[in-house]
Amino acid sequence: MTPQVFFDAVTLGFEYSLLAVGVFITFRILDMADLTVDGSFGLGLACSAVLTVAGHPVLGLVVGAIAGACAGCATGLLITKAKINPLLAGIITMTGLYSVNIYVLGAPNVSLLGVTRVFDPIIEATGLPDDVVKMGLVVLIAAAAVAILACYFHTESGLAVRAVGDNEEMSRASSINTDAIKVGGLALGNGLVGLTGAILAQYQGFADLSSGTGMVMVGLASVIIGEVFGGHRSVTWGLACAVIGSVVYRLIIQFALAINLLDANALKLVSAVIVAVFMALPAVQKAMRDRSTRAAARNVMERLLAEDAEALVGAGQKEAANDR
Amino acid sequence: MTDNNATPTLEVRALSKTFNPGTTVAHRALDGVDLTLAPGEFACIVGSNGAGKSTLFNAVAGSVIPDAGLIRIAGKNVTFDPDYRRARCLSRVFQDPLKGTAPHLTVAENVSLALGRSQKGASLRFAMRKEKRDLIRERLATLGFGLEDRMDVKVGALSGGQRQAVTLLMATIGQPHLLLLDEHTAALDPEATERVLQLTDRVVREQGIATLMVTHDLGDALRYGDRTLVMHGGKIVADVSGPERDAMDVDGLLALFRASAGEDLADDKVLLKA
Repeated sequence: MTPQVFFDAVTLGFEYSLLAVGVFITFRILDMADLTVDGSFGLGLACSAVLTVAGHPVLGLVVGAIAGACAGCATGLLITKAKINPLLAGIITMTGLYSVNIYVLGAPNVSLLGVTRVFDPIIEATGLPDDVVKMGLVVLIAAAAVAILACYFHTESGLAVRAVGDNEEMSRASSINTDAIKVGGLALGNGLVGLTGAILAQYQGFADLSSGTGMVMVGLASVIIGEVFGGHRSVTWGLACAVIGSVVYRLIIQFALAINLLDANALKLVSAVIVAVFMALPAVQKAMRDRSTRAAARNVMERLLAEDAEALVGAGQKEAANDR
Repeated sequence: MTDNNATPTLEVRALSKTFNPGTTVAHRALDGVDLTLAPGEFACIVGSNGAGKSTLFNAVAGSVIPDAGLIRIAGKNVTFDPDYRRARCLSRVFQDPLKGTAPHLTVAENVSLALGRSQKGASLRFAMRKEKRDLIRERLATLGFGLEDRMDVKVGALSGGQRQAVTLLMATIGQPHLLLLDEHTAALDPEATERVLQLTDRVVREQGIATLMVTHDLGDALRYGDRTLVMHGGKIVADVSGPERDAMDVDGLLALFRASAGEDLADDKVLLKA
């Protein structure tokens, strides 16, 4: 892996880190597996591409994020008001968004070649190389998002969101409108996902409708890898570890591609396997602990059985002696 | 304690609820219940399983919508208010210690949530401000469970008794009009039960909160509070207070229960625990 490939992977990791943070909010804080992500990512991507071509790159990012948040709201209302199973509600929104995204983008793919993107004015002004500016900007956005969210989740309002994901009944008893919090949390999470898509369109210079496919798995894989670094400690740690997880995920993928372990077609399979393996870890660890506990218990049991047998033999001999 | 001229804290009139109406498993859980609780009054409710105690609590708290009747809390008609809005004027402690607290939040964060209960909407101020932490620490210290030194421990790491003590603090810290205790010591060992009950009595008396407590222990039903209510078949069949209650022992309550409930008491083993 050349330094340039490494650098690109890290940049891409930070770019996708907002996706990971968004998934962290819905999956870990609100305790909901939200499948809207594939659709809201594509929606943010499409909005951003169309507006950038029209000459409004910054507006593209804002609208991309808002559009993603609206998609999250739709899923939230299906869950809370229509009482649809959360997994199914996400699939419904995601499926509907396939068509919406085609309408927004107007073509299967749109190129941003020769169009002014958010990076371009900064590159012109500073004279720094293209990829340094890109790296700087995505790191800055990720750091700002984590800092703001970490503060928010320590406010009274943010605490209410964490409580809803932790104990819904108690939250209602604390006069928290849990439905409103769920809709708001899904909007926040998918807003971040939409923003990720919006930045990606301008980062890679083209928008492709299929880009959103599999983003749920990418987000989940990042969150779960991040938790290996101690993300369970606090909500601030969790958010930061989601970013780390996203970068590590990209490095794993790049490494696997670099040593020709797999070709680009296998990417989705890799993220699926990563998610499955890491999610199975707690169960595997428990099974191993149980096994060692049982082995220790068996040793004691066998000693007791041996004592019993000895006593029995001893008693038998005594009886035999008495008989004689 | 009771002031008959004041607006009653809780007024329940002709409250009825039938589950699965029109089917073979129809169950009349509440059958025209009338109940008035004066400000600061502490009443215990006893009754066999299926007597309607839980449904009464659910209806008052807003988790179950009644078929008929009227519920007023501190003079305000709340019959059709959703549960989270009613939570601003009443709080409830459940039997299961896991229900009343959020396990992955710290003790201080849980209490902080309860402090926000009486407000409309949550603010964007930091939840763990210094003055708020000091207030929470001070209130935890009054419980006598040593929790003021464990403010930043996640609630999931506490014992059942400690969790119920935190839940009780959370239920009373916002000065609710009404406190509903739904067998809140039933899952605890005898020692923890005693401690939590005494704490309950002290907190309720100190703050003068009108309280309804369901219990399966007839002795506790007479020992704590000002009134003892007996429920059976969705009705309140006996209501003792004053000198009559002071003179009553567990056998007397049992006799009263038998007399008012009729013969179908043979399998009410649970109630006989005294």
